[in-house]
Amino acid sequence: MIVYPFELALTFYFAAVIFGVVEIVRHSRITERLMLASVALGFINHTVSIVYRYVEAGHLPITSPHEAASFFAWAIVLLFFLMEFRYKIGLLGAFIMPLVFSLMFASSLLSRDIKPLHPTLQSYWLGIHTLFAFMGNAAFALACVTGIMYLVQEHYLKSKHLGDLFERLPDIQTLDYLNYRLISIGFPALILAIITGSLWANSAWGSYWRWDPREVLALITMFIYAIILHARLLAGWRGRRAALLSILGFTFILIAFFGIKLLQKGMHIFS
Amino acid sequence: MKILIVGLNHNTAAVEVREKLAFSGPMLESGLREIHALPEVHEAVILSTCNRVELYTCVSDEEAASGAIMDFIARFHGIERGLLDSSLYFHTGASAVRHAFRVAASLDSMVVGEAQILGQIKDAFELSLERKTTGVFLNKLIKKSISVAKRVRTETRIAENAVNISSVAVDLAKKIFKELTGRSVLLLGAGDMAELAARHLISNGVRDITVANRTYSAGCQLAEGMNGRAVKFEEFIDEMTGADIVICSTGAPEYVLTHKQMKGVMKARKQKPVFLIDISVPRNIDPEINHLENVYLYDVDDLQGVADAGLEERRKEADKGEAIVSEEIETFIRWQSSLDAKPTIIALRKHAEEIKHQEISRLNGKLEGLTSEQKNAVEQLATSIVNKLVHPPTAALKEDAEDKDELIAMIKRLYGLD
Repeated sequence: MIVYPFELALTFYFAAVIFGVVEIVRHSRITERLMLASVALGFINHTVSIVYRYVEAGHLPITSPHEAASFFAWAIVLLFFLMEFRYKIGLLGAFIMPLVFSLMFASSLLSRDIKPLHPTLQSYWLGIHTLFAFMGNAAFALACVTGIMYLVQEHYLKSKHLGDLFERLPDIQTLDYLNYRLISIGFPALILAIITGSLWANSAWGSYWRWDPREVLALITMFIYAIILHARLLAGWRGRRAALLSILGFTFILIAFFGIKLLQKGMHIFS
Repeated sequence: MKILIVGLNHNTAAVEVREKLAFSGPMLESGLREIHALPEVHEAVILSTCNRVELYTCVSDEEAASGAIMDFIARFHGIERGLLDSSLYFHTGASAVRHAFRVAASLDSMVVGEAQILGQIKDAFELSLERKTTGVFLNKLIKKSISVAKRVRTETRIAENAVNISSVAVDLAKKIFKELTGRSVLLLGAGDMAELAARHLISNGVRDITVANRTYSAGCQLAEGMNGRAVKFEEFIDEMTGADIVICSTGAPEYVLTHKQMKGVMKARKQKPVFLIDISVPRNIDPEINHLENVYLYDVDDLQGVADAGLEERRKEADKGEAIVSEEIETFIRWQSSLDAKPTIIALRKHAEEIKHQEISRLNGKLEGLTSEQKNAVEQLATSIVNKLVHPPTAALKEDAEDKDELIAMIKRLYGLD
């Protein structure tokens, strides 16, 4: 039997997006469950597709643009489930799935060839470095989404026209807290990714830092989120401003992520 | 046996009439006793609330009973019977069932979806059970009404939206803060409305209450009643640095809290979110303040607007409730008509015949050696046993007795005839 776990994952995620939209527009217990079930089925297939490719390639499949986008989406869904387990915010899925699906869709359009990994890069650093990098990015993605949810809920409160969606979105304090919490998880992960990356670079090429475009962008991202955390803790930039900044920060990550993968050539492009 | 409901509610009678006809306190027990003593009335339950007075009865002759009940009401409350004509309504048959279901499900309430009515019905029913003024019919009707009400409550969102400004304020607070437990409230002014809103917040977990009133002593008095503390009115700006919810009703003719002041407060608060409720008319808080970040300002009109929208939502949900009621009426009517004697007699006979046939056919193998005469004798024996056993209940069913409905229900239960 031939199975296409990647395509199945893509299909289930698409179904989840549709159920999510229905859930936002017109809530019912069924759409909520169907959405979560679709995400879960998509995630299982997604995991299988990654394992499958890992076996085929012989290393963690996060080196080609196709693999990186897929793995990015996978990390976001994983973190979503962890959050869902802890905080049970049903609508979070409806807000996060369009992003997950977009990443998967982009991934599906990219070349799926497996090109051998350069021997100098074949080390345990690949796993450690990328694990931190994707964990950080997934946290920033969810921070962005909680930021969007915050802005929606704040809009309802300020405009005084409260709808059905207002009833179901969490309180703004929780959304603001989650936004902060996710950034405070993502930030150290990003720093660890930069540190492990430079250690890896040293063991592979004999130098810690070479001003590769990806390195520069990582540094800029780090500064953006450092500013967000700093502004919140010292200047009281919470709520609306924090939400807007986290959306801005993640937009930058997305542009950098695809920009570097598609347009630039550097040592982070392996194929 | 027929169900008859005689009553009045907020739509048919003004409050002056309703209070005259109310069965309050000890009057309820004596009223129940008297109405049950009427020869026309077999079962009775009295529901008496602020918005309605209803007599649920079970009667044989609706016409005669209606008159007798009206006489009873006029006599009991010492008013002229003519006064009742315009305010009373009468429901019988399916219309009575519908009315009972709608009242219990709070579809007939002044505030659609309010929850008190169900408890009031349960209390009225319990008293009637205690005083033994109900029987099969009203027991079934009221139990069914309660279950229909629960179904409407769980299957529709009829009770979900806040419809008064105090509960709207609580709902909003719950969307601004993660939880109300441990939140602090500052009252500016000691008005009744402010107190009401504050008490609502307290019952939702708020503990820390501060009152700033122009007349310090009045502020102290209010604070004492709510386990809070009073401060001088001039200090309220400082107090706002620590308060999460501020309820304002000073009665001042101008803004007590200006945009500039609030900006300073927010800086001192390090932008911690704050919920401002201005229930004073004219307004005491500059409406421009709502444009400040992390400040949520609602005045009376805003709160009323949310409450009205909530009521509108409830009315929409009420349509779904009406559909459930219609569905349930059918099952109730079916039960009611099953209480007719004739089908019960037929069912009973059929049941007995079936048993006879079963037993004889079971014996067939063992009767091989018998002559046909002997076989007939065995069959006749069976028939006469069945007849003798079935005769007394059949005769009782044919009699025209008071407690016939109970008897039918009982026989059905004893013989398993459903």
